[in-house]
Amino acid sequence: MQLRRFSQWAKVLAALGVVVTPAIADVLPDDRADVLYHNYDGGGITIQGPSVLVRKKVGDSLSFSASYYEDLISSASIDVKLSASPYHETRKQEGFSVDYLHGKTIYTAGYIHSKEPDYDSNTAYYSISQSMFGDLTTVTFGYRRGWDNVYRDIKVDGIIENDPTFHERADHRGYSLSVSQILTRNAILDLNFEAITDEGYLQSPYREVRYLDPTKPSGFSLAPQVTPNTRTSTAASADLKYYLPYRAAVTAEYRYYTDTWGINGNTFQVSYTQPWRHFIFDGSLRYYLQNAANFYSDLFPRLDYSNFEARDRELAAFHSISLGFGAAYEFHVPYATWINKSSLNFHFNHLMINYSDFRNACYSQACFGSNAVAGYTPQTDPLYKLDANIFQLFVSIWF
Amino acid sequence: MSIRIVAILVVLGTLAGCAPIQPWVKPYEREHFADPIMSFSRDPISATYIDHVYESREGSRGATGGVGGGCGCN
Repeated sequence: MQLRRFSQWAKVLAALGVVVTPAIADVLPDDRADVLYHNYDGGGITIQGPSVLVRKKVGDSLSFSASYYEDLISSASIDVKLSASPYHETRKQEGFSVDYLHGKTIYTAGYIHSKEPDYDSNTAYYSISQSMFGDLTTVTFGYRRGWDNVYRDIKVDGIIENDPTFHERADHRGYSLSVSQILTRNAILDLNFEAITDEGYLQSPYREVRYLDPTKPSGFSLAPQVTPNTRTSTAASADLKYYLPYRAAVTAEYRYYTDTWGINGNTFQVSYTQPWRHFIFDGSLRYYLQNAANFYSDLFPRLDYSNFEARDRELAAFHSISLGFGAAYEFHVPYATWINKSSLNFHFNHLMINYSDFRNACYSQACFGSNAVAGYTPQTDPLYKLDANIFQLFVSIWF
Repeated sequence: MSIRIVAILVVLGTLAGCAPIQPWVKPYEREHFADPIMSFSRDPISATYIDHVYESREGSRGATGGVGGGCGCN
Protein backbone atom coordinates (compact mmCIF):
# COMPACT_ATOMS: atom_id res chain seq x y z
CA MET A 1 0.00 0.00 0.00
CA GLN A 2 1.54 3.19 -1.15
CA LEU A 3 0.20 6.44 0.00
CA ARG A 4 0.61 10.11 -0.26
CA ARG A 5 0.56 12.64 2.43
CA PHE A 6 2.44 15.79 2.20
CA SER A 7 1.12 17.82 5.07
CA GLN A 8 -1.26 16.11 7.40
CA TRP A 9 -1.65 19.34 9.27
CA ALA A 10 -3.47 20.62 6.25
CA LYS A 11 -6.45 18.45 7.01
CA VAL A 12 -7.36 20.29 10.15
CA LEU A 13 -7.07 23.65 8.48
CA ALA A 14 -10.20 22.76 6.57
CA ALA A 15 -12.39 22.48 9.58
CA LEU A 16 -10.68 25.38 11.26
CA GLY A 17 -11.68 27.71 8.51
CA VAL A 18 -14.78 28.97 10.17
CA VAL A 19 -12.74 29.93 13.19
CA VAL A 20 -10.43 32.33 11.49
CA THR A 21 -13.07 33.84 9.27
CA PRO A 22 -13.17 37.51 10.14
CA ALA A 23 -16.89 37.75 10.79
CA ILE A 24 -18.92 40.56 12.21
CA ALA A 25 -17.87 40.16 15.79
CA ASP A 26 -21.03 41.23 17.57
CA VAL A 27 -23.36 38.84 15.76
CA LEU A 28 -23.41 35.08 16.17
CA PRO A 29 -23.59 33.00 12.98
CA ASP A 30 -27.00 31.91 11.68
CA ASP A 31 -28.57 28.65 12.73
CA ARG A 32 -28.19 26.39 9.74
CA ALA A 33 -27.56 22.85 8.60
CA ASP A 34 -25.75 21.65 5.48
CA VAL A 35 -25.47 18.20 3.98
CA LEU A 36 -22.93 17.86 1.19
CA TYR A 37 -21.74 15.18 -1.18
CA HIS A 38 -18.31 15.71 -2.75
CA ASN A 39 -16.51 13.99 -5.56
CA TYR A 40 -12.93 14.49 -6.79
CA ASP A 41 -11.75 12.65 -9.87
CA GLY A 42 -8.30 13.21 -11.34
CA GLY A 43 -4.80 11.81 -11.66
CA GLY A 44 -5.99 8.26 -11.06
CA ILE A 45 -7.59 9.19 -7.74
CA THR A 46 -11.25 9.23 -6.85
CA ILE A 47 -12.29 10.72 -3.52
CA GLN A 48 -15.91 11.05 -2.56
CA GLY A 49 -18.06 11.14 0.51
CA PRO A 50 -20.48 13.08 2.65
CA SER A 51 -20.02 16.11 4.85
CA VAL A 52 -22.41 17.56 7.40
CA LEU A 53 -22.27 20.87 9.27
CA VAL A 54 -24.86 21.96 11.84
CA ARG A 55 -24.87 25.19 13.80
CA LYS A 56 -27.39 26.19 16.49
CA LYS A 57 -27.70 29.06 18.93
CA VAL A 58 -28.67 28.50 22.52
CA GLY A 59 -29.94 31.69 24.11
CA ASP A 60 -28.53 35.03 23.00
CA SER A 61 -24.85 34.41 23.73
CA LEU A 62 -23.98 30.86 22.76
CA SER A 63 -23.73 29.07 19.44
CA PHE A 64 -22.69 25.47 18.99
CA SER A 65 -21.54 23.74 15.83
CA ALA A 66 -20.80 20.15 14.97
CA SER A 67 -19.32 18.76 11.77
CA TYR A 68 -18.65 15.44 10.16
CA TYR A 69 -16.58 14.77 7.06
CA GLU A 70 -15.69 11.58 5.24
CA ASP A 71 -13.33 10.71 2.39
CA LEU A 72 -13.77 7.42 0.56
CA ILE A 73 -10.51 7.12 -1.33
CA SER A 74 -9.69 4.96 -4.32
CA SER A 75 -6.16 5.68 -5.42
CA ALA A 76 -4.11 4.64 -8.41
CA SER A 77 -2.09 7.85 -8.60
CA ILE A 78 1.19 8.09 -10.42
CA ASP A 79 3.05 7.76 -7.10
CA VAL A 80 1.12 4.63 -6.23
CA LYS A 81 1.60 3.04 -9.65
CA LEU A 82 5.34 3.65 -9.60
CA SER A 83 6.16 1.65 -6.50
CA ALA A 84 3.06 -0.09 -5.17
CA SER A 85 -0.47 -1.13 -6.05
CA PRO A 86 -3.77 0.78 -5.94
CA TYR A 87 -5.64 0.93 -2.65
CA HIS A 88 -8.90 1.97 -1.02
CA GLU A 89 -9.34 3.56 2.35
CA THR A 90 -11.56 5.85 4.40
CA ARG A 91 -10.84 8.95 6.43
CA LYS A 92 -13.33 10.29 8.94
CA GLN A 93 -13.25 13.61 10.71
CA GLU A 94 -15.45 14.99 13.48
CA GLY A 95 -15.44 18.50 14.85
CA PHE A 96 -17.15 20.48 17.57
CA SER A 97 -17.00 24.15 18.51
CA VAL A 98 -18.69 26.72 20.68
CA ASP A 99 -18.96 30.49 20.25
CA TYR A 100 -19.65 32.83 23.14
CA LEU A 101 -20.76 36.38 22.48
CA HIS A 102 -20.01 39.01 25.09
CA GLY A 103 -20.53 42.64 24.10
CA LYS A 104 -18.71 43.11 20.83
CA THR A 105 -16.44 40.13 21.35
CA ILE A 106 -16.86 36.52 20.26
CA TYR A 107 -14.81 33.83 21.97
CA THR A 108 -14.52 30.56 20.07
CA ALA A 109 -13.12 27.22 21.17
CA GLY A 110 -13.22 23.88 19.45
CA TYR A 111 -11.78 20.47 18.86
CA ILE A 112 -11.28 18.31 15.76
CA HIS A 113 -10.42 14.65 15.46
CA SER A 114 -9.43 12.92 12.24
CA LYS A 115 -8.85 9.22 11.82
CA GLU A 116 -7.67 7.02 8.98
CA PRO A 117 -6.02 3.61 9.02
CA ASP A 118 -2.46 4.92 9.23
CA TYR A 119 -2.89 8.41 10.63
CA ASP A 120 -4.85 10.13 13.35
CA SER A 121 -4.79 13.74 14.44
CA ASN A 122 -6.23 15.78 17.28
CA THR A 123 -6.51 19.53 17.17
CA ALA A 124 -7.66 22.08 19.74
CA TYR A 125 -8.14 25.72 18.89
CA TYR A 126 -9.52 28.99 20.11
CA SER A 127 -9.95 32.51 18.79
CA ILE A 128 -11.07 35.94 19.88
CA SER A 129 -12.90 38.26 17.55
CA GLN A 130 -13.47 41.91 18.41
CA SER A 131 -15.58 44.47 16.59
CA MET A 132 -14.45 48.08 16.78
CA PHE A 133 -14.53 51.54 15.18
CA GLY A 134 -18.28 51.66 14.92
CA ASP A 135 -18.35 48.05 13.74
CA LEU A 136 -16.45 48.92 10.58
CA THR A 137 -13.50 46.80 11.68
CA THR A 138 -13.32 43.28 13.06
CA VAL A 139 -10.06 41.88 14.36
CA THR A 140 -9.60 38.15 15.03
CA PHE A 141 -6.73 36.39 16.78
CA GLY A 142 -6.52 32.63 16.56
CA TYR A 143 -4.34 29.88 17.99
CA ARG A 144 -4.37 26.16 17.34
CA ARG A 145 -2.43 23.17 18.50
CA GLY A 146 -2.30 19.76 16.89
CA TRP A 147 -1.00 16.35 17.88
CA ASP A 148 -0.68 13.67 15.21
CA ASN A 149 0.21 9.99 15.22
CA VAL A 150 1.71 8.55 12.06
CA TYR A 151 1.63 4.87 11.23
CA ARG A 152 2.66 2.85 8.19
CA ASP A 153 0.52 0.19 6.59
CA ILE A 154 2.00 -3.06 5.38
CA LYS A 155 0.47 -6.08 3.76
CA VAL A 156 0.79 -9.32 5.75
CA ASP A 157 -0.66 -12.47 4.17
CA GLY A 158 -2.78 -10.30 1.95
CA ILE A 159 -4.16 -8.29 4.85
CA ILE A 160 -3.28 -4.63 5.32
CA GLU A 161 -2.30 -3.70 8.85
CA ASN A 162 -0.12 -1.19 10.72
CA ASP A 163 3.58 -1.93 10.78
CA PRO A 164 4.24 -2.67 14.49
CA THR A 165 7.79 -1.31 14.17
CA PHE A 166 6.70 2.10 12.90
CA HIS A 167 5.05 4.85 14.95
CA GLU A 168 5.95 8.51 14.58
CA ARG A 169 4.49 11.75 15.88
CA ALA A 170 4.08 15.29 14.65
CA ASP A 171 3.11 18.45 16.56
CA HIS A 172 1.73 21.62 15.06
CA ARG A 173 1.06 25.16 16.16
CA GLY A 174 -0.74 27.86 14.23
CA TYR A 175 -1.15 31.58 14.89
CA SER A 176 -3.49 33.73 12.88
CA LEU A 177 -4.50 37.35 12.70
CA SER A 178 -7.36 38.58 10.54
CA VAL A 179 -8.78 42.02 9.95
CA SER A 180 -12.06 42.62 8.21
CA GLN A 181 -12.55 46.22 7.17
CA ILE A 182 -15.57 47.90 5.61
CA LEU A 183 -14.05 50.43 3.22
CA THR A 184 -17.10 52.03 1.63
CA ARG A 185 -20.80 51.24 1.47
CA ASN A 186 -19.98 48.87 -1.39
CA ALA A 187 -16.54 47.47 -0.57
CA ILE A 188 -15.10 45.25 2.15
CA LEU A 189 -11.50 44.12 2.60
CA ASP A 190 -10.23 41.06 4.48
CA LEU A 191 -6.56 40.82 5.48
CA ASN A 192 -5.24 37.54 6.83
CA PHE A 193 -1.90 36.51 8.26
CA GLU A 194 -1.03 33.06 9.47
CA ALA A 195 2.13 31.44 10.80
CA ILE A 196 2.34 27.68 11.23
CA THR A 197 5.10 25.63 12.78
CA ASP A 198 5.47 21.86 12.55
CA GLU A 199 7.76 19.53 14.40
CA GLY A 200 8.15 15.78 14.10
CA TYR A 201 7.62 13.34 11.27
CA LEU A 202 6.54 15.58 8.39
CA GLN A 203 6.79 13.29 5.40
CA SER A 204 4.98 10.41 3.83
CA PRO A 205 6.26 7.02 4.98
CA TYR A 206 5.47 5.68 1.52
CA ARG A 207 6.76 8.11 -1.06
CA GLU A 208 10.23 7.64 -2.48
CA VAL A 209 12.89 9.57 -4.34
CA ARG A 210 14.49 8.28 -7.50
CA TYR A 211 18.16 8.48 -8.34
CA LEU A 212 20.29 7.59 -11.34
CA ASP A 213 21.29 3.94 -11.38
CA PRO A 214 23.04 2.73 -14.57
CA THR A 215 22.70 -0.87 -13.43
CA LYS A 216 18.92 -0.78 -13.90
CA PRO A 217 17.24 -1.06 -17.32
CA SER A 218 15.08 1.95 -16.49
CA GLY A 219 18.17 3.98 -15.55
CA PHE A 220 16.98 4.75 -12.00
CA SER A 221 16.25 3.21 -8.61
CA LEU A 222 14.03 4.28 -5.71
CA ALA A 223 14.95 5.10 -2.11
CA PRO A 224 13.06 6.43 0.92
CA GLN A 225 12.77 10.17 1.04
CA VAL A 226 13.96 12.20 4.01
CA THR A 227 12.60 15.63 4.92
CA PRO A 228 13.51 17.96 7.78
CA ASN A 229 11.73 17.44 11.10
CA THR A 230 10.74 21.08 11.41
CA ARG A 231 8.95 23.49 9.17
CA THR A 232 7.70 27.03 9.63
CA SER A 233 5.50 28.83 7.17
CA THR A 234 3.96 32.26 6.91
CA ALA A 235 1.16 33.31 4.63
CA ALA A 236 -0.57 36.62 4.06
CA SER A 237 -3.63 37.30 1.97
CA ALA A 238 -5.87 40.16 0.93
CA ASP A 239 -9.42 39.65 -0.28
CA LEU A 240 -11.44 42.55 -1.68
CA LYS A 241 -15.16 42.27 -2.39
CA TYR A 242 -17.18 44.92 -4.20
CA TYR A 243 -20.95 45.27 -4.56
CA LEU A 244 -21.99 46.24 -8.07
CA PRO A 245 -24.89 48.63 -8.67
CA TYR A 246 -27.17 45.98 -10.21
CA ARG A 247 -26.91 43.53 -7.25
CA ALA A 248 -23.91 41.46 -8.09
CA ALA A 249 -20.53 41.07 -6.43
CA VAL A 250 -16.99 40.78 -7.68
CA THR A 251 -14.11 39.48 -5.56
CA ALA A 252 -10.34 39.70 -6.02
CA GLU A 253 -8.01 37.65 -3.82
CA TYR A 254 -4.26 37.35 -3.50
CA ARG A 255 -2.12 35.25 -1.16
CA TYR A 256 1.63 35.13 -0.70
CA TYR A 257 3.22 32.13 0.97
CA THR A 258 6.75 31.31 2.08
CA ASP A 259 8.30 28.64 4.30
CA THR A 260 11.59 27.38 5.66
CA TRP A 261 11.66 24.56 3.14
CA GLY A 262 12.20 27.12 0.39
CA ILE A 263 8.73 27.11 -1.12
CA ASN A 264 7.26 30.42 -2.24
CA GLY A 265 3.72 30.42 -3.53
CA ASN A 266 1.42 33.01 -5.10
CA THR A 267 -2.32 32.58 -5.43
CA PHE A 268 -4.58 34.83 -7.48
CA GLN A 269 -8.33 34.48 -7.74
CA VAL A 270 -11.19 36.50 -9.15
CA SER A 271 -14.80 35.54 -8.77
CA TYR A 272 -18.17 36.91 -9.72
CA THR A 273 -21.56 36.38 -8.07
CA GLN A 274 -24.84 37.08 -9.85
CA PRO A 275 -28.28 36.54 -8.32
CA TRP A 276 -31.18 35.93 -10.70
CA ARG A 277 -34.72 35.27 -9.47
CA HIS A 278 -34.43 32.32 -7.06
CA PHE A 279 -30.88 31.51 -8.18
CA ILE A 280 -27.42 32.71 -7.26
CA PHE A 281 -24.70 31.95 -9.81
CA ASP A 282 -20.97 32.00 -9.09
CA GLY A 283 -18.00 31.89 -11.44
CA SER A 284 -14.33 31.89 -10.49
CA LEU A 285 -10.85 31.73 -11.96
CA ARG A 286 -7.91 30.77 -9.77
CA TYR A 287 -4.21 30.78 -10.67
CA TYR A 288 -1.53 29.31 -8.43
CA LEU A 289 2.24 29.29 -8.83
CA GLN A 290 5.01 27.86 -6.63
CA ASN A 291 8.69 27.00 -6.81
CA ALA A 292 10.22 23.77 -5.54
CA ALA A 293 11.46 23.03 -2.03
CA ASN A 294 15.23 23.30 -1.52
CA PHE A 295 15.65 19.55 -1.16
CA TYR A 296 13.28 18.54 -3.93
CA SER A 297 14.50 16.84 -7.09
CA ASP A 298 12.79 14.70 -9.66
CA LEU A 299 16.00 12.72 -10.14
CA PHE A 300 18.97 12.71 -7.77
CA PRO A 301 22.44 12.03 -9.23
CA ARG A 302 23.12 9.13 -6.87
CA LEU A 303 21.96 7.37 -3.73
CA ASP A 304 22.25 9.43 -0.52
CA TYR A 305 23.09 12.50 -2.53
CA SER A 306 22.15 14.87 0.31
CA ASN A 307 20.86 14.86 3.88
CA PHE A 308 17.33 15.74 2.85
CA GLU A 309 15.75 14.41 -0.29
CA ALA A 310 12.16 14.50 -1.50
CA ARG A 311 10.17 13.89 -4.64
CA ASP A 312 6.70 14.82 -3.38
CA ARG A 313 4.72 16.42 -6.15
CA GLU A 314 3.45 18.98 -3.64
CA LEU A 315 7.03 20.15 -3.15
CA ALA A 316 7.76 20.46 -6.88
CA ALA A 317 7.60 23.61 -8.98
CA PHE A 318 4.30 23.93 -10.79
CA HIS A 319 1.46 26.21 -11.71
CA SER A 320 -2.23 25.44 -11.76
CA ILE A 321 -5.43 26.93 -13.10
CA SER A 322 -8.85 26.22 -11.69
CA LEU A 323 -12.15 27.21 -13.26
CA GLY A 324 -15.20 27.15 -11.04
CA PHE A 325 -18.93 27.42 -11.51
CA GLY A 326 -21.69 27.30 -8.91
CA ALA A 327 -25.46 27.58 -8.82
CA ALA A 328 -27.74 27.84 -5.81
CA TYR A 329 -31.51 27.53 -5.98
CA GLU A 330 -33.55 28.84 -3.09
CA PHE A 331 -36.77 26.98 -2.47
CA HIS A 332 -39.58 26.77 0.02
CA VAL A 333 -40.21 23.66 2.05
CA PRO A 334 -43.96 23.19 2.48
CA TYR A 335 -45.42 22.46 5.95
CA ALA A 336 -42.04 22.98 7.64
CA THR A 337 -42.67 26.33 9.24
CA TRP A 338 -39.54 26.05 11.38
CA ILE A 339 -37.39 26.35 8.25
CA ASN A 340 -36.74 29.98 7.37
CA LYS A 341 -34.87 29.39 4.14
CA SER A 342 -33.50 26.50 2.14
CA SER A 343 -31.32 26.08 -0.92
CA LEU A 344 -30.07 23.40 -3.27
CA ASN A 345 -26.51 23.97 -4.46
CA PHE A 346 -24.25 22.60 -7.16
CA HIS A 347 -20.57 23.49 -7.59
CA PHE A 348 -18.13 22.33 -10.23
CA ASN A 349 -14.40 23.01 -10.54
CA HIS A 350 -11.95 21.94 -13.20
CA LEU A 351 -8.35 21.88 -11.96
CA MET A 352 -5.32 21.76 -14.26
CA ILE A 353 -1.83 21.35 -12.78
CA ASN A 354 1.31 21.62 -14.91
CA TYR A 355 4.51 20.48 -13.19
CA SER A 356 7.79 22.09 -14.20
CA ASP A 357 10.17 19.53 -12.69
CA PHE A 358 8.15 16.44 -11.87
CA ARG A 359 8.34 13.84 -14.61
CA ASN A 360 6.13 10.85 -15.34
CA ALA A 361 8.49 8.00 -14.41
CA CYS A 362 6.04 5.48 -15.82
CA TYR A 363 7.59 6.04 -19.25
CA SER A 364 11.13 4.92 -18.54
CA GLN A 365 9.98 2.20 -16.12
CA ALA A 366 7.07 -0.21 -16.09
CA CYS A 367 4.45 0.77 -13.51
CA PHE A 368 1.39 -0.90 -12.12
CA GLY A 369 -0.89 -1.41 -15.12
CA SER A 370 1.48 -0.07 -17.77
CA ASN A 371 4.70 -1.03 -19.53
CA ALA A 372 7.77 1.11 -20.07
CA VAL A 373 7.82 3.11 -23.31
CA ALA A 374 10.81 2.57 -25.56
CA GLY A 375 13.13 5.51 -26.05
CA TYR A 376 12.49 7.22 -22.73
CA THR A 377 15.10 7.73 -20.02
CA PRO A 378 14.75 9.24 -16.54
CA GLN A 379 15.96 12.54 -17.97
CA THR A 380 13.53 12.52 -20.90
CA ASP A 381 10.37 11.30 -19.20
CA PRO A 382 7.58 13.75 -20.07
CA LEU A 383 6.62 16.35 -17.50
CA TYR A 384 3.58 15.30 -15.53
CA LYS A 385 0.20 17.03 -15.90
CA LEU A 386 -2.91 16.54 -13.85
CA ASP A 387 -6.53 17.32 -14.75
CA ALA A 388 -9.25 16.89 -12.18
CA ASN A 389 -12.99 17.43 -12.01
CA ILE A 390 -14.47 18.36 -8.66
CA PHE A 391 -18.20 18.24 -7.92
CA GLN A 392 -20.17 19.31 -4.88
CA LEU A 393 -23.88 18.89 -4.35
CA PHE A 394 -25.40 20.12 -1.11
CA VAL A 395 -28.59 21.18 0.60
CA SER A 396 -28.70 23.98 3.14
CA ILE A 397 -31.46 24.99 5.50
CA TRP A 398 -31.66 27.94 7.85
CA PHE A 399 -33.89 27.55 10.88
CA MET B 1 8.16 79.78 11.22
CA SER B 2 8.38 76.25 9.99
CA ILE B 3 8.91 75.02 13.57
CA ARG B 4 5.73 76.78 14.62
CA ILE B 5 3.77 75.10 11.81
CA VAL B 6 5.14 71.73 12.79
CA ALA B 7 4.23 72.38 16.42
CA ILE B 8 0.68 73.31 15.45
CA LEU B 9 0.34 70.18 13.34
CA VAL B 10 1.64 68.02 16.18
CA VAL B 11 -0.82 69.59 18.64
CA LEU B 12 -3.71 69.19 16.21
CA GLY B 13 -2.68 65.61 15.51
CA THR B 14 -2.58 64.84 19.22
CA LEU B 15 -6.02 66.33 19.75
CA ALA B 16 -7.38 64.34 16.82
CA GLY B 17 -5.98 61.21 18.41
CA CYS B 18 -8.14 61.84 21.47
CA ALA B 19 -11.35 62.02 19.47
CA PRO B 20 -13.24 58.79 18.76
CA ILE B 21 -13.08 57.57 15.20
CA GLN B 22 -16.31 58.36 13.46
CA PRO B 23 -17.61 55.53 11.25
CA TRP B 24 -17.40 56.85 7.72
CA VAL B 25 -19.95 54.29 6.58
CA LYS B 26 -23.05 54.79 8.69
CA PRO B 27 -25.03 51.79 9.92
CA TYR B 28 -27.93 52.66 7.61
CA GLU B 29 -25.50 52.62 4.66
CA ARG B 30 -24.44 49.03 5.21
CA GLU B 31 -27.42 47.18 3.77
CA HIS B 32 -25.28 45.67 1.02
CA PHE B 33 -23.20 43.81 3.60
CA ALA B 34 -26.34 42.05 4.81
CA ASP B 35 -26.77 40.59 1.32
CA PRO B 36 -25.46 37.00 1.23
CA ILE B 37 -23.57 37.68 -2.00
CA MET B 38 -21.23 39.98 -0.03
CA SER B 39 -20.14 37.22 2.33
CA PHE B 40 -16.61 35.92 1.87
CA SER B 41 -17.83 32.53 3.01
CA ARG B 42 -21.45 32.20 1.99
CA ASP B 43 -21.39 28.41 2.30
CA PRO B 44 -18.70 27.40 4.81
CA ILE B 45 -19.14 23.68 4.18
CA SER B 46 -18.40 24.13 0.48
CA ALA B 47 -15.58 26.62 0.83
CA THR B 48 -13.96 24.39 3.43
CA TYR B 49 -14.05 21.47 1.06
CA ILE B 50 -12.62 23.23 -1.99
CA ASP B 51 -9.79 24.74 0.04
CA HIS B 52 -9.15 21.24 1.33
CA VAL B 53 -8.69 20.13 -2.28
CA TYR B 54 -6.14 22.84 -3.00
CA GLU B 55 -4.27 22.50 0.26
CA SER B 56 -3.76 18.80 -0.33
CA ARG B 57 -2.04 19.39 -3.64
CA GLU B 58 -0.04 22.55 -3.07
CA GLY B 59 2.93 23.51 -0.93
CA SER B 60 1.12 26.58 0.38
CA ARG B 61 -1.16 26.60 3.39
CA GLY B 62 -2.93 29.03 5.68
CA ALA B 63 -4.31 32.58 5.44
CA THR B 64 -7.08 31.49 3.17
CA GLY B 65 -9.48 33.98 4.61
CA GLY B 66 -11.15 31.48 6.79
CA VAL B 67 -11.77 28.42 4.77
CA GLY B 68 -8.57 26.67 4.04
CA GLY B 69 -7.23 23.27 4.17
CA GLY B 70 -8.14 19.76 3.72
CA CYS B 71 -6.68 16.38 3.97
CA GLY B 72 -3.01 16.57 3.19
CA CYS B 73 -3.21 13.21 1.60
CA ASN B 74 -3.99 11.66 -1.72
